[in-house]
Amino acid sequence: MIPYDFEYYRPASVAEAIRLYGGLEKQGKSPVYYSGGTEIITLGRINLVKTGAVIDIKHIPECQVLGFEQNRLILGAGLSLTKLEEADPFPLLSKTAREVADRTSRNKITLGGNICGRIFYREAVLPFLLADSQVVLAGRDGIKRRSVHDVCNGNLRLDKGELLVQLLTERSYLELPHVSIKKRKQWETGYPLITVAALRKDDRIRVAFSGLCPFPFRSVELEEELNRRHVPLKTRVDQAVRRLPSPILNDIEGSAEYRIFVLRNLLEDVMEEMEGK
Amino acid sequence: MHPSSYGKIGLHLNINGEERTVTIRPADTLLDVLREHLGLTGSKPGCLNGDCGACTVIVGDLPMKSCLMLAVEAADHQVITIEGLNHAPIQQAFIEKFAFQCGYCTPGFIMNVHALINRHPQADCETVKEWLKSNICRCTGYTEIEEAVRSCLLP
Ligand SMILES: Cc1cc2nc3c(=O)[nH]c(=O)nc-3n(C[C@H](O)[C@H](O)[C@H](O)COP(=O)(O)OP(=O)(O)OC[C@H]3O[C@@H](n4cnc5c(N)ncnc54)[C@H](O)[C@@H]3O)c2cc1C
Ligand code: FES
Ligand code: FES
Repeated sequence: MIPYDFEYYRPASVAEAIRLYGGLEKQGKSPVYYSGGTEIITLGRINLVKTGAVIDIKHIPECQVLGFEQNRLILGAGLSLTKLEEADPFPLLSKTAREVADRTSRNKITLGGNICGRIFYREAVLPFLLADSQVVLAGRDGIKRRSVHDVCNGNLRLDKGELLVQLLTERSYLELPHVSIKKRKQWETGYPLITVAALRKDDRIRVAFSGLCPFPFRSVELEEELNRRHVPLKTRVDQAVRRLPSPILNDIEGSAEYRIFVLRNLLEDVMEEMEGK
Repeated sequence: MHPSSYGKIGLHLNINGEERTVTIRPADTLLDVLREHLGLTGSKPGCLNGDCGACTVIVGDLPMKSCLMLAVEAADHQVITIEGLNHAPIQQAFIEKFAFQCGYCTPGFIMNVHALINRHPQADCETVKEWLKSNICRCTGYTEIEEAVRSCLLP
């Protein structure tokens, strides 16, 4: 049981959601956008999320878009991970999303909730970082488009009350050669020890990670090292590991040393597979 | 449903084909409401964290963990709980294949695979395994459960 009360709102448009947020904030209700709600409910139950009002964004049409406009794939933040997997417009996204939680939970967990969640794995963002996607954000100043790197690479950088509405991805990225590998401490479901997603574009290999640091990331410096093809692979991997941001996670899923050990092997496997593709 | 203002709200739900009206807090999960307000105790509380699947019900045509859903979210959908299944083939199959021991996880498993069989009557092995990963059983082997599911699928 959630041990406190909150109000529940179900806006029908982006503008209404933003208005509601502003009004509820003024009333001191610390509102939160509610998408799949799984994180709000599970963290709320143990008092790690406290709010006086939830704004359910799933019924906003823009948040449910799944389709193409010109040469761009548009995905609404309110789509469930299962819907994305079944429609499969972006195979790398389907592969990565399919490893998040379990099938029944993915009927509820949404793309926007995963990307904006406090639980820091946020694995569904990796394909968008690799594809240089754009995010559509709504806030007090209206709607704007930003690069996914500015908002979601590393710690999430959303302004207070800003709503992630959609993610836009150029069609040319959707079918590029890719891999997505998730290593867990044990079992077949659960949080990652490390997840690596990779994509080959213009003969260069891009990589993005979750589970290595307390945020998902893609690093251009690390990719530079990995793509020095004239250097032996083991040396490239050694150099790439030196470019990792900090801190490296050191927790119940695995020590920092163990993560680096697994990462070295993973990077070698990923590069061998991607260079062969 | 009347949103806004702290306190209780009146909510209409369609549960097992019946229209039910409940007075609840918007913060109540579907699991809370099924068990505490409607006396439908077949959906089991386990982890309350989305991990075990004991609380699984069918919402629309999808299995959902009722501990991960607010009751207000179920307002526009048909909800089916284990009490709403009337001798579904999977129930008999669980008996015939010895697919349970203590039975605590069983309603959740049955609701999940009942939805699977309806959506994918010819599901392949990989799909069955994928769906079964959503539920945890602490007593029996998963082999019997898989056999029960397979016995209900079309060849
Ligand atoms: C059983 C289970 C297993 C899990 N396993 C994994 C895993 O393997 N890998 C992984 O990456 N994650 C995993 N998670 C975490 C899960 O992906 C996140 O908690 C995610 O936030 C849930 O999505 P949601 O749609 O339910 O989010 P919600 O609970 O609706 O929201 C989460 C947060 O994001 C904010 N938010 C939601 N949508 C928006 C938006 N459009 N704009 C701005 N802010 C928004 C909310 O205000 C809230 O703070 C797991 C969760 C569960 C319950
Ligand atoms: S009680 Fe709902 S998943 Fe465990
Ligand atoms: S039969 Fe006891 S938990 Fe599954």
